[in-house]
Amino acid sequence: MTDKNGFFDLSTTGLTRRTALKGLAAGAGLAVAPGFVRYAQAQSSAPIKIGFQSHRTGIGAAYGRWYEKTTAAAVKAINAAGGINGRQVEVIIEDDGTDPGRGAEMVGKFATQHKTDIVFGTLFSHVVIGSAPAAGENKMPYFVVSEGHHVASTKLNRYVFQPGITDVKSQIQSMAPWIAGNVGKKVTMIYPDFAFGYDHRDYLPPALKAQGADVIAQIAIPPTESSFTKYFPQIPAETEVIYHVMVGPAVLTFVKELGEFYGSNRPQLFGFIDSLEATDINSPGLEFLDGSHFWEGSPRYAQPDDSDAQKAYRAAVGIDDNGAAVGDAKDVSTAAHMFGCWETLYVVKKAMEDAGYKGPEDRAKLVEATEALTAFAEGPEHPQGPKTFNGKIHQCFGIQNISKVEGGKLKVVHKTKIEDGLYEAEGDYTTQAL
Amino acid sequence: MHFGPHLLLAALEGLVTSAVLALTALGLSLVFGVMRVVNVAHGEFFMLGAVLAWAITTAIGGHPALGFLAALVISPLIVGGIALVAERLVLRRLDYNPEATIVATIGMLYIIQQLALTFYGPEARPVEPPFTYRILLPWFGYSGYKLSVIATSALLLVATWLVLTRTRIGLVMRATQYDSETAQAFGIPVDRVYGGVFALGAVLAAIAAVLIVPISQAHYLMGQDPLLLSFIVVIIGGLGSLRGTIVAALLIGMSDGIISMFFSPTLAKIIATLLVAMVLVFRPQGLFGTAAR
Repeated sequence: MTDKNGFFDLSTTGLTRRTALKGLAAGAGLAVAPGFVRYAQAQSSAPIKIGFQSHRTGIGAAYGRWYEKTTAAAVKAINAAGGINGRQVEVIIEDDGTDPGRGAEMVGKFATQHKTDIVFGTLFSHVVIGSAPAAGENKMPYFVVSEGHHVASTKLNRYVFQPGITDVKSQIQSMAPWIAGNVGKKVTMIYPDFAFGYDHRDYLPPALKAQGADVIAQIAIPPTESSFTKYFPQIPAETEVIYHVMVGPAVLTFVKELGEFYGSNRPQLFGFIDSLEATDINSPGLEFLDGSHFWEGSPRYAQPDDSDAQKAYRAAVGIDDNGAAVGDAKDVSTAAHMFGCWETLYVVKKAMEDAGYKGPEDRAKLVEATEALTAFAEGPEHPQGPKTFNGKIHQCFGIQNISKVEGGKLKVVHKTKIEDGLYEAEGDYTTQAL
Repeated sequence: MHFGPHLLLAALEGLVTSAVLALTALGLSLVFGVMRVVNVAHGEFFMLGAVLAWAITTAIGGHPALGFLAALVISPLIVGGIALVAERLVLRRLDYNPEATIVATIGMLYIIQQLALTFYGPEARPVEPPFTYRILLPWFGYSGYKLSVIATSALLLVATWLVLTRTRIGLVMRATQYDSETAQAFGIPVDRVYGGVFALGAVLAAIAAVLIVPISQAHYLMGQDPLLLSFIVVIIGGLGSLRGTIVAALLIGMSDGIISMFFSPTLAKIIATLLVAMVLVFRPQGLFGTAAR
């Protein structure tokens, strides 16, 4: 057999030693490429991947930044202590633009592209509600730090959890007695005209009614509003307390205009700090808030009775006694919410250890192990305070702080008890198929 | 509250909205009228004006009035400069092609917005008003600064009108708007007029923003609403018509104030949008616009 065309003649096909070496090098390169190694070594030492759905841009950007800082601090602490099941934790951040549509896309991206073990960290209620179906479809455990009642309402699905921060319904119920007893009995509510505001609209009136107080007016404000004076005439003259929940950058305007409208002769104010997260309480125009009360999940300002765990947590995240970034007093944190990221990651750690979690094939086991949790003790892993967890509704219940604005600081004047905020479950996620 | 005072408050709020809106929309209207460029990035020039006002007042310190006055002068100048550079680098190279400039200004919108997020951050930051005088009416208190915004805006609108109708610069601008080719044939440097008009449009937006920022704070997403409202105003008033812009701004601002106070803010938005649709159907050139040549 002759080889006329020289197919088998190595000298003419140009397979030189250099080409051969190149091929060898490429093959070796492929073998040491990061992705290759992970699969080659099985899951034993590969990091656990947590997809962080962050509000890096859009209306939630101030929250997103601090959620990232807190998460980084928690992951650093977890990794320093040996990681989860002996594996290091790696956080992969994707920006959802604080947008529900993009949020759902990001959950899909985490599932199919990054192949993360869980998705975590969402705050804004509309993004959670928009992303939850994608988490269910991809069978992706989705741990949110959102505060809304949507998880506990059991209207989402079995893969969505909120184990690090109490929901609004419970917060309201636990604080209503104090409001009725100490601030006033005739309440006018001002709230944003979307999901988060509706939790307040729906749960405050019955909670106050039970205490012999009344909501005498409810004023819904579109979330994009930038001027508020025009709403104030709707506040009835006999109002004793204005209960305000505003989210978004316009809150300073809201307070300033309220000040201009009422002057010193104002009703009492009770608000959710959500409005003023990442905002210096001593900003011009906010003097009007002096003497008013706020809900805080975790106190922004260091309190005299802070536990060692709380102090260690603040140091790890890098916030000073005023709740601002260490070294930059103007960079105020979202302290009332971001502790939820820290605590949620420790819940994930506990659940993964309980489940003997090895990789994405164990996601269902992780869901069941999380549902089996019942309580989290106060300590370095849960610096905000003790919590109970209801596995049927995937929601935790903790203590709430009511703080008074005094001398340009927020001082905690009342702490609720966990029992104050417990309510009857509205459903049961555990009956849903995995 | 009784009907009278209630209406007074609604009207005052409406006037503040109108005043700021008129200035912003006038900038958009000028740019379209003279250059035939739909500037989608107009709202971002507004935002830049506010953000720079914050930066300037923070840098200067001292009495709030000092920083505010400095911001009122410096911030619009810087924004005008940025607009001029953008016009030279982008719009001129596209030969002011209507479709291409829309896409280009959308790009500018995102670039400016994300730069603001990167360098200024996601927080809303307040600027102290130059004075805090609370006017005490028998039924409610009202901010003296807000009234001064109405007055300042009215003065600036009159000044712009004088420039457009009484000066040589105005004449050149109007000639370019009327027929740019003929204007060029008569030796008017149309190219430079375009650059100047684009910068002037941005300056007007920036001034409006500096005026509003002590009331509503600087935030990197604050340009979206003014852009939308400016488009509504310009469509209703007629593109390129100063009188139409002011009348439409008053109409939209007052109706927003009054309807949202007595009914609901959503209804006010619905009515404004409906008005736009009606104008587009029955009088596409706008209430005071002239039909395209």
